[in-house]
Amino acid sequence: MKTFNYHSTKDVKEATKLASSSSAFLAGGMTTLPSMKLGLASYKDIIDIKRIKKLSGIKVSGKSVTIGSTTKHAEVANSKEVKKAIPSLAALAEGIGDPQVRNRGTIGGSIANNDPSADYPSACIALNATIHTNNRKISSDKFFTGMFETSLKKGELIEAVEFQIPEKSCYQKYPNPASRYAIVGVYVAKHKSDVNVAITGAKSCVYNEKSIANALLKNFSSSSLDSLKIPSSGMNSDIHASADYRANMVKVFAKKAVDAC
Amino acid sequence: MKKVSLEVNGKKVSKEVPDHTVLSVFLREVLNLTGTHIGCDTSQCGACVVHVDGKSIKSCTALAADIEGSKVTTIEGLVSNGKMHPMQEAFKKQHGLQCGFCTPGMVMSAIDLLNHKKNPSDKEIRDWLEGNICRCTGYQNIVAAVKEAASKM
Repeated sequence: MKTFNYHSTKDVKEATKLASSSSAFLAGGMTTLPSMKLGLASYKDIIDIKRIKKLSGIKVSGKSVTIGSTTKHAEVANSKEVKKAIPSLAALAEGIGDPQVRNRGTIGGSIANNDPSADYPSACIALNATIHTNNRKISSDKFFTGMFETSLKKGELIEAVEFQIPEKSCYQKYPNPASRYAIVGVYVAKHKSDVNVAITGAKSCVYNEKSIANALLKNFSSSSLDSLKIPSSGMNSDIHASADYRANMVKVFAKKAVDAC
Repeated sequence: MKKVSLEVNGKKVSKEVPDHTVLSVFLREVLNLTGTHIGCDTSQCGACVVHVDGKSIKSCTALAADIEGSKVTTIEGLVSNGKMHPMQEAFKKQHGLQCGFCTPGMVMSAIDLLNHKKNPSDKEIRDWLEGNICRCTGYQNIVAAVKEAASKM
């Protein structure tokens, strides 16, 4: 790993002031540090935001669950409030990586990185999330813009993620046996007037599969998906799964998710 | 350079290290605590698991600077009065190791599990050890060792 200047910061102002075109914010570091070790990324300044108190914690109101950006996966997975308000979100957090990754990795880090196989981006899309940054609110359908790309500007810091509490929801994934990243993950959420079916792992970026969502909006049952054909164009193809396989898994896991809602 | 002050296995340490020093390197190369192993060095294999403030983490993927002020326990910190920890005893008795490379991480992970859950099922043990990879013994005896330790801790 190339060396850098490490800064531990105490408030958002201090952290964003230090940011430059050659800096990175560090939360859990579960992706940032391995990427730096592999030489895929290097920075002049690493700005640690873990000690900024206001960025951590979980708040539940009648309509939403708001999770601070440096809240760890284990905290979300074990939160009684999250389990009660959106059980599928706690279950998603419990399925990320392994216990040690869950003890360090954070929700803000996960969505800022926007790995095409990460779990949390699908929760944001399915649960109509709003991403709160240090200077604006971004709706999740405008946040995830491409592979490892988001609409965050340089030096913009995620402070919290606000999820809308659905009527019912479920996340089902086929995890890579080694990394536990989703080969395909499907997050189905039924809200009062709409249904979202967020797919991760299948394409270069998380997306809302409208054909499944529309079928479920008419009839929220797995049998309503029987006649649907999911095209494999644009799907990832690698040593773990071909594009055709992934397309099939999208439907299989969507049905599983609906049945488990 | 950064001055890093930690409590490691009950002893206070304070060392000046380059900013990019990860905890596994700090433990092994600065403190000579080589019981913590480095396997994949990319947070997959779990050979480097230690406890930081009572929670298991992968020490290859944490900067020493960013755990400043924390309490760290490594495999060397488990022995008390010359006696092995019940988890170490159980791994020995159940033949939960062959080459032993993954063992320090397995032991540290498994202790964290029992700190959460007193009598885990086989499935809970296997789920918890998802982030610890063993290439030689296989997992049967490791699971048996954790179960035995659970009955004694």
